Amino acid sequence: MSGGLVTGLYLVAGILFIRSLGGLSAQTTAQRGNTYGMIGMLIAIVSTAVVAAGGYPIMAGALLVGGAVGAVLAQRVGMTRMPELVAILHSFVGLAAVLVGYAAYLSPDASLVGTAKTIHEVEIFIGVFVGAITFTGSIIAFGKLRGSISGKPLLLPARHALNALAGAACLGLLIPFLGSEGVSGLWALAAMTGIACVVGAHLVMAIGGADMPVVVSMLNSYSGWAAAAAGFMLGNDLLIITGALVGSSGTILSIIMCRAMNRSIVSVIFGGFGTAEGAAPKPSATPQGEVKSIDVVGVAKMLQEAKSVIVVPGYGMAVAQAQHPLYEVAQILKKRGTKVRFAIHPVAGRLPGHMNVLLAEAKVPYDVVLEMDEIQDDFPETDVVLVLGANDIVNPSALDDVSSPIYGMPVLEVWKSKNVIVTKRGMAAGYAGIENPLFFKEVTQMLFGDAKKSVDGILGELKSTSR
Amino acid sequence: MKVGIVREIGLGERRVAATPETTKRLIKLGFDVVVESGAGELASFTDADFEAAGATLEMDPTKVWGEADVLLKVRPPEPIPDGGHEADLLREGATLISFIWPSKNPELLAMLSGRKATVLAMDQIPRISRAQKMDALSSMANIAGYRAVIEAASFFGRFFTGQMTAAGKVPPAKVLVIGAGVAGLSAIGAARSLGAIVRAFDTRPGVKEQIESLGAEFLEMDFQEDAAGEGGYAKEMSPAFIAAELALFAEQARDVDIIITTALIPGRPAPVLITTDMVESMRGGSVIVDLAAENGGNCALTQPGKVSTHRGVTIIGFVDLPSRLAPTASQLYGTNLCHMLADMGGALAWHVDVEDEVIRGALIMNGGEICWPPPKRAPKEEAPLSRKAPPSARPSARQSARPAAAKAESKGHHHGASASPAGAWSIVIGGLIIAIASQFAPTEFVAHLTVFVLACFVGWQVVWNVSPALHTPLMSVTNAVSGIILVGGMLKVSGPIGAPATILGALACLLAAINVAGGFLVTQRMLRMFVRSETPGDGKR
Repeated sequence: MSGGLVTGLYLVAGILFIRSLGGLSAQTTAQRGNTYGMIGMLIAIVSTAVVAAGGYPIMAGALLVGGAVGAVLAQRVGMTRMPELVAILHSFVGLAAVLVGYAAYLSPDASLVGTAKTIHEVEIFIGVFVGAITFTGSIIAFGKLRGSISGKPLLLPARHALNALAGAACLGLLIPFLGSEGVSGLWALAAMTGIACVVGAHLVMAIGGADMPVVVSMLNSYSGWAAAAAGFMLGNDLLIITGALVGSSGTILSIIMCRAMNRSIVSVIFGGFGTAEGAAPKPSATPQGEVKSIDVVGVAKMLQEAKSVIVVPGYGMAVAQAQHPLYEVAQILKKRGTKVRFAIHPVAGRLPGHMNVLLAEAKVPYDVVLEMDEIQDDFPETDVVLVLGANDIVNPSALDDVSSPIYGMPVLEVWKSKNVIVTKRGMAAGYAGIENPLFFKEVTQMLFGDAKKSVDGILGELKSTSR
Repeated sequence: MKVGIVREIGLGERRVAATPETTKRLIKLGFDVVVESGAGELASFTDADFEAAGATLEMDPTKVWGEADVLLKVRPPEPIPDGGHEADLLREGATLISFIWPSKNPELLAMLSGRKATVLAMDQIPRISRAQKMDALSSMANIAGYRAVIEAASFFGRFFTGQMTAAGKVPPAKVLVIGAGVAGLSAIGAARSLGAIVRAFDTRPGVKEQIESLGAEFLEMDFQEDAAGEGGYAKEMSPAFIAAELALFAEQARDVDIIITTALIPGRPAPVLITTDMVESMRGGSVIVDLAAENGGNCALTQPGKVSTHRGVTIIGFVDLPSRLAPTASQLYGTNLCHMLADMGGALAWHVDVEDEVIRGALIMNGGEICWPPPKRAPKEEAPLSRKAPPSARPSARQSARPAAAKAESKGHHHGASASPAGAWSIVIGGLIIAIASQFAPTEFVAHLTVFVLACFVGWQVVWNVSPALHTPLMSVTNAVSGIILVGGMLKVSGPIGAPATILGALACLLAAINVAGGFLVTQRMLRMFVRSETPGDGKR
């Protein structure tokens, strides 16, 4: 085993990971970035195998089985299911970090004594703690995204106190853990793991479905920190570098998402969207007015007459898988000379950038898919805005109703355009549980029904009349 | 705050700096709007329209000038026919927003400086994507291009579109557009919709796609030289290139019926592209519209401001094409102004933000202090007037520059808003932790800690650049990368088979491997789906 060579290879792998993230800054270089990542991973695995010097059959078996499972998952998953996949993969990292922590504890390094040993054990403790939170938190997030757990925040009374208590208990367990000889402190480690698992689950349970993009990116960063902690306990620089990269990447995404929702990151982590301010779920200024509804024939006609159209997709489009017929609608309109563009709110969907991926899947060219800042000023010059399965991100009360829980969140100002068509299953409130005055605006017409059926209907109508 | 709109006194100027519609927007921004009686007359807006929109009418222009806090105008202040100068009417300390062309009008700057004025020049707005909504030069160039075709059509004795009639066949007109900037592209669009066969030439090959997306043919030369200059304008080309270019035009001149030239190079007289020989080689009845007339003209025979004929070829050298479409020109210009006033805070939060790149670019005088040209920015010089029709790929430059510019902006934004405090914090905290740790922890630990802090910092720097559209792929890649924990598992597997540590390590390996494979492959799948449209032009116009 030549330590110098391995260190060199680790450095190369680390640099490749950095270039991988750097490559993702633009669509044109993104593929290359991914390739860098793969090469980096390959180098890391090979050089670690050299260091490990043994246990190859088990290693190979585990890697092959795991790799195969991962490959199958990657091929099978639908783009609308991406958030769930990402969440469950985070839980694997968390669990792996926990396991590595236990493994490190159970095979103590005899050369460590005194302060070095204490530091090593603290590292294990932290690594397991972060790993456990990531593990259960991600599983709950997975459940919420799948819909098998209710998206409503579970708000236990005195939940902050509970969290603080759990945190204190974990800290307290550190003392017997450090004080014990050999592996006799296992019980303390196990007890702490149990508490951390509960905390992880509780933290995510308390967060509403609308905040999922932030949660997923938070968990992303946790999984990075867990890997970095594992790096400390094993004295492995590659793990530290990579973990830190992932950790900061996740943190940045969380910050971006929080900013897009005008939410402080602390309030998201500790849960309770909209409840912290004690705002009533239905603000006193319940919008009054008449809701005008329209049918697919009317919408198709309107789209045909329009010169410029902006589509605002939301999670409803993802759920209904409406992006494919939507693309066809856009194609027909484009052929007629209509300017069709897509406006993406930073937190549309359940993952950062979720809508972009779905539209890309439907082959919508990325240069007509614009971000909120790029398109905000164009609404007044737009003939028709089609809001497809989005609600909170086009809610005007974010701008003018101080009592609204989403007050201050930047939204797409669709109501400034000449016509707005909102597709919706019914008059129910959005994920955030807030009334949307947009539906009552003069320019707005509602197209009730499932997003997919609505778009299919519009498409059929366009096809039959465009001939 | 009071916004004043005066009647333009420049000869032949029909535009006005506000329309009833933009007046409403100004009022919404919190301004009181005072309009000189008759200001919109030549642009078909009556006093009554303005009054209905909420403006106050004022008969006496000196009062409008003297009372306004912000005076909006189209042309730079000019000498008044009965003596005096508009600039002297401006209230001391007031703000003037109009076209100024500072490099051409040093005396005007001196006069305004004497009034302690704050002056924003609409011709100096930087051409960055955020400023697009205020870009009056583009608005005017768009109109000029359209109007050039209409003028050409009125002097041209045939249909644009070809027709087969019972009375015989009419061939379609052939139009050559030189320079595919905003004006050029607009001209191409207008000529195409009239049914002509349109060919276009631009020194920058990059605009080919845009030209073709509008249905015109892009004329190519066997000559490699890219003219993309700064700010989307073309730069001057080498003599060899110019010779090749002229040969191409000479050949085209014999074939086409209408030539529309829009070629300008910032800060220089317009290049002569259509020589006397070429004009003489054209068929009788042909028309040349020279959008560069004001800067000397692209045609050797152009007479600025006039229509002339040379051996049966009509050469149009109008310099007031936007003004010939006054209502639309006023509407677009007025909207540009509204956007600018809104960006400056409206009436309630009015301020001249010298930190704002757009405002700083346009600001040529602040409280009487001349601050033009703005520091550190590439000298735009003179481009202005001629910019009516730069042979630039303005839209194309934008198109390609847009993602980059937007990213740069948003990046700057993030850095300004978060990274600087957070960055400073992380440096301080990181340094502190390492310093404390090094006091009593083993050196090995300190080394790891150093690596950790550095890696956090690198990650922080790299990830801010990621475009929002790629956040999901970013997550799945980082997900795969965080599968690096399998390295930890692998290191633990090497122990005796059956030992708990080995089993746990193997399990960790297995889980992490799922991550690695799943994460990378799904990213690959996603990234393959991101495609660019075949005609990038439609994102724009």
